[in-house]
Amino acid sequence: MSVQFKEHYVSQYSALQASLPGTGLPWLNALRKQALDRFSRSGFPSPREEEWRYTNVAPIERKLFSPFVGTASVDSASLARYRVDGAACLVFVDGQFNAALSTVPEPGEDIVICPMGEAMEKHPDLVEKHFGSVIQRESSGFLSFNTALFTDGALVFLPEGMKIDCPLQLLYVSASPDVLSTARNLVVAQPGSQVEIIESYVGLGDAGYLTAAVTELLVADDSYVTWSKLQSENGRAFHFGGLYADVGPNGRLDHSSFSFGGLLVRNEVHVDLAEASECSLDGLFLATGRQHVDNHTRIGHRKPHGVSREFYKGILDQRARGVFQGRVIVDQYAQKTDSEMNNRNLLLSSDAEIDIKPQLEIYADDVKCAHGVTVGQIEDESVFYLQSRGVDAVAARNMLTFAFANEMVGKIDRPALRSLVQDELLDALPATNLRKEWL
Amino acid sequence: MLSIENLHVSVGDKQILKGISLNIGHGEVHAIMGPNGSGKSTLAHVLAGRDGYTVNSGTVRYNGVDLLDLAPEERAREGVFLAFQYPVEIPGVSNIVLLKAALNSIRKHKGLDELDAMDFISLVKSKTKLVDMDEKFLYRAVNEGFSGGEKKRNEILQMAVLEPRLAILDETDSGLDIDAIKIVSDGVNALRSEDRSIVLVTHYQRLLDYIKPDFVHVLAGGRIVKSGDASLALELEDRGYGWVQQHAGA
Ligand SMILES: Nc1ncnc2c1ncn2[C@@H]1O[C@H](COP(=O)(O)OP(=O)(O)O)[C@@H](O)[C@H]1O
Ligand SMILES: [Mg+2]
Repeated sequence: MSVQFKEHYVSQYSALQASLPGTGLPWLNALRKQALDRFSRSGFPSPREEEWRYTNVAPIERKLFSPFVGTASVDSASLARYRVDGAACLVFVDGQFNAALSTVPEPGEDIVICPMGEAMEKHPDLVEKHFGSVIQRESSGFLSFNTALFTDGALVFLPEGMKIDCPLQLLYVSASPDVLSTARNLVVAQPGSQVEIIESYVGLGDAGYLTAAVTELLVADDSYVTWSKLQSENGRAFHFGGLYADVGPNGRLDHSSFSFGGLLVRNEVHVDLAEASECSLDGLFLATGRQHVDNHTRIGHRKPHGVSREFYKGILDQRARGVFQGRVIVDQYAQKTDSEMNNRNLLLSSDAEIDIKPQLEIYADDVKCAHGVTVGQIEDESVFYLQSRGVDAVAARNMLTFAFANEMVGKIDRPALRSLVQDELLDALPATNLRKEWL
Repeated sequence: MLSIENLHVSVGDKQILKGISLNIGHGEVHAIMGPNGSGKSTLAHVLAGRDGYTVNSGTVRYNGVDLLDLAPEERAREGVFLAFQYPVEIPGVSNIVLLKAALNSIRKHKGLDELDAMDFISLVKSKTKLVDMDEKFLYRAVNEGFSGGEKKRNEILQMAVLEPRLAILDETDSGLDIDAIKIVSDGVNALRSEDRSIVLVTHYQRLLDYIKPDFVHVLAGGRIVKSGDASLALELEDRGYGWVQQHAGA
């Protein structure tokens, strides 16, 4: 079987090659070929690899997914609940940019916001200069897979000192059965620029599909990027999403990740920090049934005076499995690093499980690094307190679960995004009898 | 309205209440006093329906129903309210959300419509005045980061909003300074009425200077060893708990 699935993807590449974005660019063709070779040797990661110890992706290999070559029809109304009010929005359906569903901003002043297909034609030099630069140190079966097969994605380029006032949403919609959606994004924020990006992954049908999305993010000196991810894939979906960021001196990245959907999910975040740069990583993940959700983060403090704050919360119900791996590496030269990592988990059933692996690798001697992890259950005392006020036990537990999660949602600054995430959360949790007006 | 008959309660192997009998009429205020560890909170918890206690024998009738048969939330909906000795902190649930969920579940049980948002807010705001509480507290997480006094006032605020028929106040005075005791007592006194019975559980007679009970009971070693009127509290103050315990041979 394992040979068969590799051959399948190699043949997909051959079949699609002519229509893939940047097909006329020799450097990209070479890159794709190399990546395809790597993938056909290694395949998807195996639990024998340390970084994949808790997540077995074998189920992905049991099915053969293909990029969709036609145009799935998606009506705008079915996307309404996923759109962030006030944001410009690039919509990708089954891995292809869909102009009719999108509102592409035209901010002018040399700011570039466009789908990757168009970017390869209009801005090939810009893409060539940065493409692959952030992930060059990385190796993962999914990265090779994505590089070889990506069918679209977004290019965002902010020249020095530029700021985009309205947030930009990248909405990835999977609509066809067994579809393979491989988005590849490249976001370059030149010195002193500022942008807020929201990426959303949603599945419209009931059938399974595979999302393998990769973003490279360059946050140059003194730039500030806010990056939120909302993962609401359907219950049969496989999702791999990787955000790879380089933050330059005095730059800042605020990332928050909300992971509610999917059958087998891996959210990866990799951030490398330069001198006096900062990042905050917030995350909330929810899993029930037989969902498996893995959050894998790596923060590399490469230079002195960096600051990182990480706070992830997980809620696991029924037979769900969760993983939180938080790796913080402080290089020998990264003195005065200030780093905090926190992971708190709530297990709602005795069959639910969480694997937690904080990894601090500190090679400098003058640093402040703290971490804490907890796994707990809803406290009977709190349930009784609510019951004694007339709230029934089920509603009380739901309310307490919601409260646990809502701490993370409450941190979202943008009201339109907060309200959208809250809706998704209320949907994902058991009926809470909480109503939005109370929040 | 409440009739406790020969109630025996244990936790695990440990006998805590060893035959409590107590009758409380409509609108009466009963003080239950006693040394630490005598079983006061246990009695309060058993009446409110907390898990973990075994009722070995005895009955509790409340307005004609078997109280021990009801789930805690059903008791609350029937008008039983417990002000906790140690109110629980609930991060992520604001006071206003809790009050609304609580009030609506009680109203629903009574066959009443839910209050609309405006009426609810104005009701709750008017009640905050009763316990001299800043309205900002309504939007804070339940008891989270509240001082001891603020927590106790918050309990009385909940009582004021939920309008119980039987309120059990477990050491609502403990840990409070005189000013705070006065505020809490004024709140409770304002809530006294013909159809609201109150059980004041307290270690000190101090609270009874501010809330005058109709009856005083002394609980020691899991039994009510002496009952009387308000003057019993003063006598206790003079002579200490040792006196009644000896007196009762406890
Ligand atoms: N959950 C419990 N497990 C074991 N012992 C308990 C428990 N709750 C109360 N007790 C014991 O029962 C006795 C009465 O406690 P409590 O009702 O809290 O007394 P009071 O409120 O009068 O101070 C004490 O000896 C206490 O240690
Ligand atoms: Mg007590």
